[in-house]
Amino acid sequence: MVAQQQTINEPLRSAAQDLPTGAEMLVEALVHEGVDAIFGYPGGAVLHIYDELWRARDRITHYLVRHEQGAVHMAEGYARATGRVGVVLVTSGPGATNAVTGIANAYMDSTLLVVITGQVPKHLIGTDAFQEVDTVGITRPCVKHNYLVREARDLPAIVREAFHLARSGRPGPVVIDIPKDVSAARSNYSRLDHVSFPFSAESAPVNEDSAQQAFELILGAKRPVLYIGGGITNSGAFDGLLAFAESLRLPVTPTLMGLGGFPSSHPLCLGMLGMHGTYAANMAVAESDLLVALGVRFDDRVTGKLATFAPQASIIHVDIDPANIGKNVAPSLALAGDVKQALDRFLLLVLQQSDEELRASVQAREPWWDQIRNWQRQQPLRFTGSQDQIKPQTVIRELHRLTGGEALVTTDVGQHQMWVAQFYPFTKSRQLITSGGLGTMGFGLPAAIGAQLALPEQLVIAVVGDGGFQMTNQELATAVQYGLPVKILIMNNGYLGMVRQWQEMFYDRTYSEVDISVAPDFVKLAEAYGAAGFRAERPAELRSVLKAALEHKGVAVVDIVVTKEENVFPIVPAGANARDMITQ
Amino acid sequence: MRHTLSIIVADEPGELSRIVGLFSARGFNIETLSVGESLDPRWSRVTIVTRGDDRTIHQIVKQCERLARVREVQDVTTRPHIEREMALITVSASAGADRQEVLSLVSVFRAKVVDISHTQLIVEASGNKEKVDTFIELLRPIGVTDITRTGYIAINRLAAQPDIERIAS
Repeated sequence: MVAQQQTINEPLRSAAQDLPTGAEMLVEALVHEGVDAIFGYPGGAVLHIYDELWRARDRITHYLVRHEQGAVHMAEGYARATGRVGVVLVTSGPGATNAVTGIANAYMDSTLLVVITGQVPKHLIGTDAFQEVDTVGITRPCVKHNYLVREARDLPAIVREAFHLARSGRPGPVVIDIPKDVSAARSNYSRLDHVSFPFSAESAPVNEDSAQQAFELILGAKRPVLYIGGGITNSGAFDGLLAFAESLRLPVTPTLMGLGGFPSSHPLCLGMLGMHGTYAANMAVAESDLLVALGVRFDDRVTGKLATFAPQASIIHVDIDPANIGKNVAPSLALAGDVKQALDRFLLLVLQQSDEELRASVQAREPWWDQIRNWQRQQPLRFTGSQDQIKPQTVIRELHRLTGGEALVTTDVGQHQMWVAQFYPFTKSRQLITSGGLGTMGFGLPAAIGAQLALPEQLVIAVVGDGGFQMTNQELATAVQYGLPVKILIMNNGYLGMVRQWQEMFYDRTYSEVDISVAPDFVKLAEAYGAAGFRAERPAELRSVLKAALEHKGVAVVDIVVTKEENVFPIVPAGANARDMITQ
Repeated sequence: MRHTLSIIVADEPGELSRIVGLFSARGFNIETLSVGESLDPRWSRVTIVTRGDDRTIHQIVKQCERLARVREVQDVTTRPHIEREMALITVSASAGADRQEVLSLVSVFRAKVVDISHTQLIVEASGNKEKVDTFIELLRPIGVTDITRTGYIAINRLAAQPDIERIAS
């Protein structure tokens, strides 16, 4: 312990003096991984690292957030907008626990993240020291892997492996917990290009025989549906999917995470699947004879009651995570591996078919398409307009029109999220960044900031509710500080809208603790942060207010006062199936 | 159905808790668990006895395989293998008929007396679960005061060779 104290406070006068510290090694290793941005918040246990970051500020830009949850969501926004690894740096104890929500969110939504947390010095670990928490223990269930670094000399290998793990196979967050004395200790630094544990991260190549079998099933299916998820985006399979679906004229339905993986405006797209998905998509899956699941995990918000989900269908499941296959639904054919690889294989097999064979296959599905078009005509997405109130669905339609469908949209969680999913037709991968699996309120604003940072020229819009916005609105300061001109659209109904809707529909309108109409004046709040504030209260002013906000050069907050008790339709009640869908 | 899983994991701090945590987080059950060095001391072998239908077991195997430091997961139940459990049992038995009865059971079950005093014996038994269970049940009326069991360990064997102990019993 004496030796340790010396290392921390007064390094021995020796050759060791010339060796880099753990903090220096960490920064070097991050630069080596191509990191140019870190989202973080300093504290006692990471002081050495912050000291070093200051010196390295020409090589890595640190973005100071206002709450650690914001840092992680920003890194998620950054990662999901670009496919690069988002990097976070927070201190021990509360710094780490505040980051946990974001880490869990990234884990559920398969987001590339490396989170570096400070830890108390090794000799204090286990003593309930100031700002000590078992970060590795707390984050264990929601990371791909985590490390407690014991020796500075291990840092290069750990950083190398952490980035490798985050990127490979199914992406996800990795946590590196660094005790304060480790970031101070001096050791030899060696750049590492290999990883010591490669076996766990690699995904097996797609089995060609299975791909052939799958293709034959698809070719011969009379009522197939392609059910696509976030895996399409993560594997970069957009083009392959589009080409394959078009070649055989296959109906496509994305999950919430799959939106943008296939153009929503495309005639082959049936709209979103699941609880708030379209009638046509849900009916098509319910009546399908073959469900081709691509980069999805059969989430309960998609399947409803498992026993009656796609009851007549054979299921082909392609996913990079072998544990996803058979977890909720047992497929008839499993293809563990990269979905892009599988689609490329299918495309190759399409090319090997004769034109007559392809034509016959497409023709055999014409009655299926007739049926689908019927469902689409019977129950399109709809809502009742209003002369004196702004309808939230109108806001999204208007936003789509004003942005030419080109905006990158982030959302929080709840009704507004579903309206975005339903009424903003996303046409590109990475165009919608939303909290899918964990359902984290407060995600939208910081995610937008991270995305904006990664894509400075892109119009980035956070559509949020008045509830979620108030969970992370302090990050307005971050956006203003760094001049990141995100636009925040608050769908303000004075309620925790989705909970209120469930209380209305399933709890006899007992509105228990959902009234949040006591709220700050969001225009003044925006101005207090140095952002521009706008407000729209009447349908007549919606377009001009939105237009003014979108044209504003800096950070803009738009308080849109919408119908208080609007519901999201259609809805498949939890634990039910497509036939129980309530359409209005 | 009962399955014995053999998991090879890096001998590093915290790795066991990753495996155990995964079982509890995903609602899998652990009947017995034992950990020790494997052939290569850098790797530990964790033997877990669990219950579930084929799909559950398959899911457990796949989930364990996702762990970064797990090298291999084998459901040894699906192939020829040897399973053993060891128990240490304290039996209250002074010199006389009780002690004689303990000694004769020890001999029948190929167990061992590992400690003896005026009032009690500690006996060591190993074998499959059924054998150890039966042994303990037969000792109970005499006066079992403590039991500790290791849980199963298992190892693969070649199919051609018979299980010697099973033949002997």
